[in-house]
Amino acid sequence: MADNLQTLQEQVLHARDGGHKLNIVGGGTKAFMGRAADQDAGTLNVGEHTGIVDYHPVELVLTVRAGTTLQEIEATLAEEGQALHFEPPHFGEDSTIGGTLACNLSGPARPWAGSVRDQVLGVRLINGKGEHLRFGGQVMKNVAGYDVSRLQAGAMGTLGVLTEISMKVMPKPAAILTLVQEMAVDEVIHYMNSRAAEPKPITAACWLEGKVYLRLSGASSAVEATAQKWSGDVMENGDQFWRQIQDMGHEFFTGDDPLWRFSVGSTAANPKLDGPWLIDWAGSQRWYRGNAELKQMEALAKEAGGQVSLFRGGDRGGEVMQHQPDALKGIQRRLKNSFDPDGIFNPGRLYSWL
Amino acid sequence: MTINPKVSKAELAEQFRTFIDPDYVITDDETMKPYECDGMSMYCEMPLLVVLPETVEQVQRVMRICNDNAVPVVARGAGTGLSAGAMPNKEGVVLSLAKFNRILDIDPLARTASLQPGVRNLAISEEAAQYGLYYGPDPSSQIACTIGGNVAENSGGVHCLKYGLTVHNILSVEMVTAEGELVTVGSDGLDSCGMDLLALMTGSEGLLGVVTEVKVKLLPKPEVAQVVMAGFDSVQKGGDAVGGIIAHGIIPGGLEMMDGHAIIAADDFAQAGYPRDAKALLLCEVDGTEEEVHEHIAEAEEVFRKLGATSVRTSQSEEERELLWKGRKSAFPAVGRISPDYYCMDGTIPRREIARVLTEMEKMSEEFGLRVANVFHAGDGNLHPLILFDANVPGEFERTEAFGSSILSLCVEVGGCITGEHGVGVEKVRQMAVQFNDEELQQFHDVKAAFDPKGILNPGKGVPALRFCQEYRSLEYKLHKHDHTEAAHG
Repeated sequence: MADNLQTLQEQVLHARDGGHKLNIVGGGTKAFMGRAADQDAGTLNVGEHTGIVDYHPVELVLTVRAGTTLQEIEATLAEEGQALHFEPPHFGEDSTIGGTLACNLSGPARPWAGSVRDQVLGVRLINGKGEHLRFGGQVMKNVAGYDVSRLQAGAMGTLGVLTEISMKVMPKPAAILTLVQEMAVDEVIHYMNSRAAEPKPITAACWLEGKVYLRLSGASSAVEATAQKWSGDVMENGDQFWRQIQDMGHEFFTGDDPLWRFSVGSTAANPKLDGPWLIDWAGSQRWYRGNAELKQMEALAKEAGGQVSLFRGGDRGGEVMQHQPDALKGIQRRLKNSFDPDGIFNPGRLYSWL
Repeated sequence: MTINPKVSKAELAEQFRTFIDPDYVITDDETMKPYECDGMSMYCEMPLLVVLPETVEQVQRVMRICNDNAVPVVARGAGTGLSAGAMPNKEGVVLSLAKFNRILDIDPLARTASLQPGVRNLAISEEAAQYGLYYGPDPSSQIACTIGGNVAENSGGVHCLKYGLTVHNILSVEMVTAEGELVTVGSDGLDSCGMDLLALMTGSEGLLGVVTEVKVKLLPKPEVAQVVMAGFDSVQKGGDAVGGIIAHGIIPGGLEMMDGHAIIAADDFAQAGYPRDAKALLLCEVDGTEEEVHEHIAEAEEVFRKLGATSVRTSQSEEERELLWKGRKSAFPAVGRISPDYYCMDGTIPRREIARVLTEMEKMSEEFGLRVANVFHAGDGNLHPLILFDANVPGEFERTEAFGSSILSLCVEVGGCITGEHGVGVEKVRQMAVQFNDEELQQFHDVKAAFDPKGILNPGKGVPALRFCQEYRSLEYKLHKHDHTEAAHG
C-alpha cells in the first residue's frame, strides 16, 4: 500500500513542461487493448499508487487508489461477505481497478448487476494541467456537477490519470446455481431474452458451442424454486465456467485470431458471419473470432443496433473502435482538449484522432 | 460567459413563426406567465419568448438560430424540477418539449421503450404493465415529470439503492447540440465504445444539449413486494437499523426513514397507523420472487427487533402495503398542512452519519428559529429536510435559505454532497463552491464549452462563475467557523 500521488503529479507536470507524452500503465495486463501505445511516449506507472483508502461495509461503499489490484480488493470485500457485482475480468493477477474503469470492463453479471461504470460513485484524477481533481463522491446519489467520474469509463486514460475511485459494492448472494442445456443459435436469442423478462433471480446468460448457460443467484429458496421451474441441467462446476467467461480464460478466447466485441441490441439476430461466436449478457454482448475489416463489422453491428470494437489482435495500428460521426468527434476532441490541452495522456490509444 | 443577443424579441419571433405554428411561438406576458418558474417557485423570471416545436427538425432550427444570435435557450419538460433548473433566462427562449409526448415503441422481449422526451415518467410504467414490465426510477413527481427532465436531472426515487438512477436505466439519447446538430449518444447495446458521453449527458441539467428521444430499459415487475414498518425511540437506533439491514445482506427495494415531526404530520394526513410516539420510522420494502420475499421479510423483522425497534408491522396485503407507503408518499403535502410554506432540501450523506446530522439539524433549527421535518431515502443516504416557514413574514425566506445552506455545508462536511437528486439549477449554484474547488469548477466550465462553445444552453445554472465562489466560501466560513472546503478536500 503506497500513496504515490505526489510523484505522479510531478511526472505529469514534468511531461507538460517538457512537451512529452505519457502512456498510463497500471498492472500492464491490458496492453493488448485499444490502439498500439505511442512508442515515443514515456510511461506513467500508476501501479504503485495502491491501497484501500476507505471501506465501510455497511455503507456498501469502497474507496481505493487506482493502482490497487482487483485481487486485493476482492479479498478485502470477501472478508465482509461482499463483492464487486460487475465481475471485473482479471487478465492476470496484476489487473487493477483503474484499468478496469478506464477500459469499462465488466463480466457476465453486467446486464443485471450493472457495469463498472454503473458502480462508480466518484473519482479523483490528475488532468493534463497537473491538477488533482475530485468529482462525484462516496454517496449513492450525487447530482452536483457533471458526471465526470463515469465519463472516464471507456476513455482509456485519454482524459486524465485516475488516482482514486469510490464505488458501490454489494453483498455476495447466498446461493448460486447454473443451468445448462443444448440450444441452436437461432433459438437462443429469443430464449435468453424471454428468461430475462421473467422476474426471477437470473444473473448471467451465455451461449457457446451449442449450449446455453443460465446462472441464478440470490436467496436460496428463490434460486431453488426457479431452477425447478426452468429447464436445463444443474451444472456441477458452474462457478468455474463463469470464471472462465469473466476472465476470458475459456478456450474460445485463446489463440491469435482477432477477437471482435459486438455491443448490440439483446434481441438482434446474430450477424451472418461464419466462425466461432460467443453470446453473453443475454444477447447484448457477442464475441467473434476471425479476420475481418472494421468497416464490414461496423455494418453488421449497426444492423444489430449497436457498435463493434476490435478487442484483441488484428491490426492495432488502424482504428479499433467504432467510427464516430463528425459531430461526436468534435465534442470528444474538445472534451479531450478541456482535460488535457497539451495532449499528454495516451495519445492515439482510443482513436487515431484523439 | 456573457451573452449578448444579437437579435430583438420581435425579429426572433418572426423567424420562428416561419417554421413553427405561430400559435406556439408565445410572446405575450399573460401566456408566458406559467413558464416563469418550475417547481421551485421562489425563483421566477419571465423569458423573452416561449416556443413549442413539434418536430426534431424544428428543434434543430431553433437551436441554430439561437446559436447564431447568441440567444440563451432553456429547455423545459413538465417544469416539476426543484432547483429552478428550468427557470427562464430573461434574454432567452424557453424551449418547451411538451409536444414531444409520444411513446414511440415498447419492445417487450428486449425490455426497452423508445420515448419522446415529453413522455411522463409514470406513463412508461403504465404502458409497459401489459407486458409485466416497468421503468425503475420513480421520482415523487412521477405523475407529472417527464423522461427528458429525468435525463437532465438524473432522477432517482425511492428504489435507487436496488434499481439505480436514470443513468443506470437508459440505453441511448438522441439530442440536438447547441449548434443544432442531431446526434445519438449510446446505442441498443449496454455500453458504447470510448468515453461515456451518455453518463455525462445524464444529470447535465440542460447545459450540454437538448434531448429529443430517449431509449430506456424496462424491468420485469417483481412477483411480490412487502413492506416492514419499524418504529424506534431514537434517531440513532433508526439509523443503526438501516445499516443493520444492509449488513445482513438484504438489499431492500426501498428503505425510507422519517423523523418524529414527519411521522406525525404524515399520519395525520394519511391515517396510515404509524407509531406516533416513535422518534424514527423505517419503511423497508422487500421485492422479488415469492420465496425470496418470504425469506427476507422474516430476516428483516428479526434484525429490526434485535436493534431495538419499539414496533414492527409487516404488510399482509397489497392494500396494507399501499397504506403504509401512502404516509411516506404524502409526507410533503402533509407537512404543507402544518406550515404555510416549506423548503425542501436534498443533501446526501453517508448513512453512518445520519444520527449526527439529524442532531446537528435540530440544533440549527433552534438557532434559526425555524422548524424542520425530515424524510430520508435512508437506503441511499439522500436527506430531504423540510424547513417550515411563512413567506409572508418578512425575512423568513432569507432565514430559511441560510438554514438550508448550513444544512448543505454540513452534508459536505460529513462526506456527502449538496444534491442527491434535485439538481443544482439556480438554487444551489452558490453551494457548488462548498463542494468543489476552483480548479474543479473550471473543469466543469471547460466541459460545458466542449458541447456549447457560445454558452447558450441554460446559462447561469449548475456551475457558478468563479468570481463569486471565493466570496461565498469566506461568508460560509464566517457563519460556521468551519472550513468546509478543507473538510471536503482534505
